[in-house]
Amino acid sequence: MTEARRIKFMSFSLIFGFFLMWEVLCIVLNVSDLVLPRPTEIIATLWVKFPILWPHILQTLYSTLIGFVLGVGIGVTLGVLVGTSRVAYAVAYPLLVGFSSIPKVAVVPIFVLWFGSGTTPAILTAMVICVFPIVVNIATGLATTEPDLEDVLKTLGASKSEILWNVGLPRTMPYFFASLKVAITLSFVGAVLSETVASNRGIGNVMMTASSNFQVSLVFAGLIILAVLGVVLYSFFSFLERRVTGWATRDTDIAIT
Amino acid sequence: MDMKNNIIAEPDAVRKPTTLPRRSAVDLQAASVVFGSGEKAVTALSPTTLRLDAGDFVALVGPSGCGKSTILRLVSNLIAPSSGVVLVGGREAKVKALRIGMAFQNPTMLPWLTIEQNVMMPLKIVPPFKHSFRQDRKGAFRDRVHALLAQVGLAGFANHFPWQLSGGMLQRSNLCRALIHEPDLLLLDEPFGALDQFTREELWQILQDLYLDRKPTVLLVTHDLREAGFLAKRICVMSARPGRIISDEAVNIPQPRDIGMIYSPEFVEMTQGLRELIAQVRK
Repeated sequence: MTEARRIKFMSFSLIFGFFLMWEVLCIVLNVSDLVLPRPTEIIATLWVKFPILWPHILQTLYSTLIGFVLGVGIGVTLGVLVGTSRVAYAVAYPLLVGFSSIPKVAVVPIFVLWFGSGTTPAILTAMVICVFPIVVNIATGLATTEPDLEDVLKTLGASKSEILWNVGLPRTMPYFFASLKVAITLSFVGAVLSETVASNRGIGNVMMTASSNFQVSLVFAGLIILAVLGVVLYSFFSFLERRVTGWATRDTDIAIT
Repeated sequence: MDMKNNIIAEPDAVRKPTTLPRRSAVDLQAASVVFGSGEKAVTALSPTTLRLDAGDFVALVGPSGCGKSTILRLVSNLIAPSSGVVLVGGREAKVKALRIGMAFQNPTMLPWLTIEQNVMMPLKIVPPFKHSFRQDRKGAFRDRVHALLAQVGLAGFANHFPWQLSGGMLQRSNLCRALIHEPDLLLLDEPFGALDQFTREELWQILQDLYLDRKPTVLLVTHDLREAGFLAKRICVMSARPGRIISDEAVNIPQPRDIGMIYSPEFVEMTQGLRELIAQVRK
């Protein structure tokens, strides 16, 4: 436990040191507020503007989570469809890769064209951007399930769906949760991206507006909010992953000894 | 071993009596298996004929890669014969006329489930148990699993995960999983392969007790001749690839057998004979 605590402490020191360095360098090199505000200024701005920022934070979280949930639903469905059949896996893979190689920024204008600016394109971007890693991970997890494990159920006369529920899906959970961590971060990026381009609400929009008004410290306050939210969302799914798929990492938390 | 509390003895209510009195449990009629086609075709099993009566205990021995496991995979319908017929309980293997319990060479415990949940898996899949699985979940089925685990010396390990157990313990769990749903036909694919001699002999005796208690039909694949001789009523020797059965002999020693018996002159003579036979066919 002391080892883990030391690592935590060092991690905190690194973060603190980073901001301290930033602060000191800004003062020593006499950097203008308009180029790079000092962390203390950013935090002051954050404190003062927080009541105004709060609805935008909720807006961004809302778009991210709705898009994420939709994306997970679609991703799991597609992943199961593709992963349960080796043929489907081989056939669909090129299309999936092609689809995923499109920079998702490029789809925002299309969504704006179809649905106008606002919340809808933000949700859709968050959704589209997170589907692919989920599909790939679910499909890979299912397609790489050890035949030995499936044989155990086959000899018992299990149906295809019983094998899927009792072997395929549990076996895929570590892949799924690993992909969720990536997906939630991507969704967040997608939502902010869309807000930046086409919305009058959300943190992305706040940063865009602040930037055009030269409220540089507000822009950086937005960045800090994004970083904190990103870490919170990631940690939540990371925690969930450890709880649910501890068997894959031999996590002693869930093991009953 | 306390046979009075033996959980393999099951109230009649759960059992379907129709499956028991059938004459032939397993019937391979010139069944062969060929993997691939054309020039790349590999014959895993030459046309083989083998018959097991209900309650029989047959050991299949032979050199590595001779198709012993292929026969088990045919009987359990994991693969279909390329030619010939495989009847299980008098019907095609895919019909699953008999309740099958299979223990693989590797324990293949599902790593996300505890030993208890792993052993319970057949009860969740196989009728008639599956129909009452949800209601019984916390009660009767769990007691059965615990009793069976205790019988193989795994009391207190029900809530462990597979990776927390040693190889021998996993093989015991493997055996429990093959037995928990009271199969009419038990297929064992070198279930004690990776174990030390003492653990192996201990498990032989446990298996013998379980067999004599319930009298399922057993098909045991092994390359341990003493294991075959100690456990089986009949020993079938297979030739090297492509395999076929070249010898089918009864073991004329009454059961239950004592483990000391494997050092008796008759027993040694029998295993020596088998050994020479296999040494010949390997060439």
